[in-house]
Amino acid sequence: MPDYNWPDAEHRTLIGKRISRVDAPVKVSGRAKYTYDYHGANMLFGKVLRSPYAKAKIVSIDTSAAEKLSGVKAIEIIQKVGTTAQWAGDEIIAVAAVDESTAEDAVRLIKVNYQPMSYLVSDAEPPAGAGEAAGPMSDDDIDDAISNQMPDAQLVQYLQEHGVSFKVDDDFLKDMKGEGASEAVLAAIQKAAYHEVKSTGHSNFQKTAAQTHGEPDKAIAEADVVSEGLYGAAVIAHCCLEPHGSVSEWTDKDHLFTHISTQNVSGIAAQMAEPLAISAANIHVHQDNVGGGFGSKFAADRWDITAARLSKKAGGRPVRIMLERDSELKVAGARPSAYARVKVSAKKDGTLTGWQSQSWGTGGPGGGGMPPIPYVFNIANQHKEHTAIRNNIGPARAWRAPNHPQAAVITMGALDDLAAKLNMDPLELWRKNLEIAGPRGDTYREELTIAADLMGWKEKWRPRGQNISGNIARGLGLSIHTWGGRGHESDCDLTIHPDGSVDVKMGTQDLGTGTRTTIVIVAAETLGIPIEAINLYIGDTLYPPSGGSGGSTTPGGVSSSTRRAAVDARELLFAKVAPALNAQPADLECVNSTVRVKSDPSRSLNWKQACSKMGAMSLTARGHNDQVPAKNHPDLTNSGVGGVGMAYVEVDTETGIVKVKKMVAVQDCGLIIDLKTAESSCYGAMVMGISYALFEEKVMDQATGRMLNPNMEFYRLAGLNDIPELVVHMMTGKGYDERGVIGLGEPPVVSPGAAIANAVANAIGVRVSFLPLTPDKVLTALTTTQKAGA
Amino acid sequence: MHDDPLKDDPKAKVDDTSGVSRRDFLKISTISAAAVPILGTKVVQAAGEPVKVYGPGKVPVELTINGQKHTLQLEPRVTLLDALRDQLEITGAKRVCDRAECGACTVLVNGKPVYACSILAIEAQGKSIKTIEVMMKGESLDAVQQAFVDNDASQCGFCTPGFVVAFKAVLDQNPNATAEEIRHGLSGNVCRCGTYHGIHLAIAQMAQKGA
Repeated sequence: MPDYNWPDAEHRTLIGKRISRVDAPVKVSGRAKYTYDYHGANMLFGKVLRSPYAKAKIVSIDTSAAEKLSGVKAIEIIQKVGTTAQWAGDEIIAVAAVDESTAEDAVRLIKVNYQPMSYLVSDAEPPAGAGEAAGPMSDDDIDDAISNQMPDAQLVQYLQEHGVSFKVDDDFLKDMKGEGASEAVLAAIQKAAYHEVKSTGHSNFQKTAAQTHGEPDKAIAEADVVSEGLYGAAVIAHCCLEPHGSVSEWTDKDHLFTHISTQNVSGIAAQMAEPLAISAANIHVHQDNVGGGFGSKFAADRWDITAARLSKKAGGRPVRIMLERDSELKVAGARPSAYARVKVSAKKDGTLTGWQSQSWGTGGPGGGGMPPIPYVFNIANQHKEHTAIRNNIGPARAWRAPNHPQAAVITMGALDDLAAKLNMDPLELWRKNLEIAGPRGDTYREELTIAADLMGWKEKWRPRGQNISGNIARGLGLSIHTWGGRGHESDCDLTIHPDGSVDVKMGTQDLGTGTRTTIVIVAAETLGIPIEAINLYIGDTLYPPSGGSGGSTTPGGVSSSTRRAAVDARELLFAKVAPALNAQPADLECVNSTVRVKSDPSRSLNWKQACSKMGAMSLTARGHNDQVPAKNHPDLTNSGVGGVGMAYVEVDTETGIVKVKKMVAVQDCGLIIDLKTAESSCYGAMVMGISYALFEEKVMDQATGRMLNPNMEFYRLAGLNDIPELVVHMMTGKGYDERGVIGLGEPPVVSPGAAIANAVANAIGVRVSFLPLTPDKVLTALTTTQKAGA
Repeated sequence: MHDDPLKDDPKAKVDDTSGVSRRDFLKISTISAAAVPILGTKVVQAAGEPVKVYGPGKVPVELTINGQKHTLQLEPRVTLLDALRDQLEITGAKRVCDRAECGACTVLVNGKPVYACSILAIEAQGKSIKTIEVMMKGESLDAVQQAFVDNDASQCGFCTPGFVVAFKAVLDQNPNATAEEIRHGLSGNVCRCGTYHGIHLAIAQMAQKGA
């Protein structure tokens, strides 16, 4: 069997080196094309009328004036009369017109009467005793869950655990199918057990089952030290610079061509097929580049289906719907909030003994689950309760490392307060408890030492509130994190042509994470030719399918499938070339743009000569990576990383402004394909961390139910001048490389927020409970201490 | 910093080719006289003076972009950015915030960096408009672009053209700009992926060259 294993260190010429991303030139020159840049012939512009209310029943719709407006080509009602809009910005009606301003004029001419209903947009701590126990789902609950884009797995699990409160019939299943329910969800509805319910009230608060391990009450009662605190992180938006959206056109009555801004090229057609009542095979999806996703661009969204329907009504003309900036911030993605009251206990030497938490948070209408707390540290005795708030802020979507940054803020914050109470350097408390930090414990130990050296922790660290000169308080904070990152399902076709050219085709996408670069490095390394010799084709359903880019699954997936395709194609080439070199195929190798005999390198052909021996036919091999590790022989990818983040901050105690002065990230991710783009993932993650730690929050107005800051002036992102010295250290070499390729998108973004929050507490001597750490919160916290001290 | 390109430009006052100035707009909004159409262009009496009014329908607009003249039929409300992207398919400048908050649509107007989303196409007539598309020298990257490649200063790349144009504008005005001056020149641009570390390195590289 051919040897698919990654080459060992001395045989790597490209893997693990610092190589500039291959699509950088096209990006810096403005030539890179994004979905928003695609302009189909005779393209129409789609605009969406959105609900002005956080919750309202649609009473009547009158589109007659819009229909008469010159230039309007199609109108599509998205939510019918009688439907309830569930958040401000919910899609009601869409218009396609010859230009954007005509479409906007048409939207203004549509009259919709609403019956506003009571709503909730707050995610404040639920009142004591609030929250119904999880119960069976009504037909409305299921309808809501589907229209609110509740993840399939979550909905299926809920149905399995709690059943339904009504008799499911074929009509209902047909309706749900029409609304886009997947086969898995439909099956779960059919199989769900029937339970009668007494109360018909629909609470905004839902308690999830309490979890207890060991004897938390006893552990806390008997502990040397107990620390109590309040921690959390607000809802933030994805704010992709290229908004969500697509351009769809019917090339004939059965075939759709869609350009879409997505993290999931190969998965879009199947999602669009059912609502459009055509076969997925008849949907051609294309995307060259995507202007950011961060977890929010996996689905074919309602507006994408709408664009396709408008196109059909307009005789197949391309229809573009790209969200406006305010809509992008209101409806196209939010990271759930999470807050917790925590009690954590330890022995005098810092050994953790007990954890109790009451947490809450919202992910919009779907509620949302409990973050994985206590994070990383598996404290033996723990009790956890969580209340999900179902409110009307718009649906949540996955955001880099779903639930982990929130879990880190809560857990690492609680441990940092505990360390302060023990008069211990947090670095020592973390080290003391690495035995319960899971399988990456030894990695953390190594990383903490490296990070502390890079930060100058020993020289800089002072006990809380003891590094203040004038109005500037300085402090250090740290956090650790973990993630899976195993490679996803991926197919790759690699073709070697008789003229020596090489094509690699895969239905993946490059989010700016370096996917293109990863693929060409692996192909070039395997064939012993320069990366420039590889022609790479991605971003199209014409190419073999590859998984969506989420959960750090892409590097492992695409590198493994490319490696297998390249090795197999190389074997095919060797069989053709062997006679010319008077050797056995197994004795050949590809090195330095030649094919040569291993035992006698003087017998060689240059790459072009070698390829000319294959005759007239090109050679193609398909490589497959299975997401089930046991199906890969050998398995080239792996799961499970550990990383450390440290932050050094200055807080102006007069203005409450926090400035991050230095950050350090130390991260492992198995075998690194391109060190340069890997480091960039960590640098970018620290920047995003500074942004969500200090600035970002989706601010909801309780009075109107609307988002108050749906623009980039008041939804503030970190800017160039907010970024200090950033230091990245990637763990490589023995103990890391041989693990195989592991993804890196999520892990480094987890710790920065927690590390910064801890650094602020270390600086000013008091905890600022909730991210973002805005001046008002910092000043309030300072005032509280002064009062307490007085 | 992105200056208002019209602020210090005496030619920018309303004339036959360039829309309605802010000052004239204020006058129009207080007009009492009925509009009188003269030879296709409306003229209204505002504060005792005749003022030309364009639109609301399409009017001819002539733009000089990357050295090439383009005559378009546009409603006066169309921004320079939308004219570039939707009419001329010059798409390097990106539409992100559409209200002068992020810099992704930065172009050069008479050599100064301008948010193309916040200037009307009709106002940009008679001026030299340059976009990211002419920053390359043939098939070679400009030094700023090369510095972005060398230091991996782009990820998704959607903000990158705006950063590159703003960066180039600083160096065009002062080839010896310091790192601090370049940073100041880029403070009107926003990135979401977090490429600022690479941009800092690119700044260091270029400032060194300039010094």
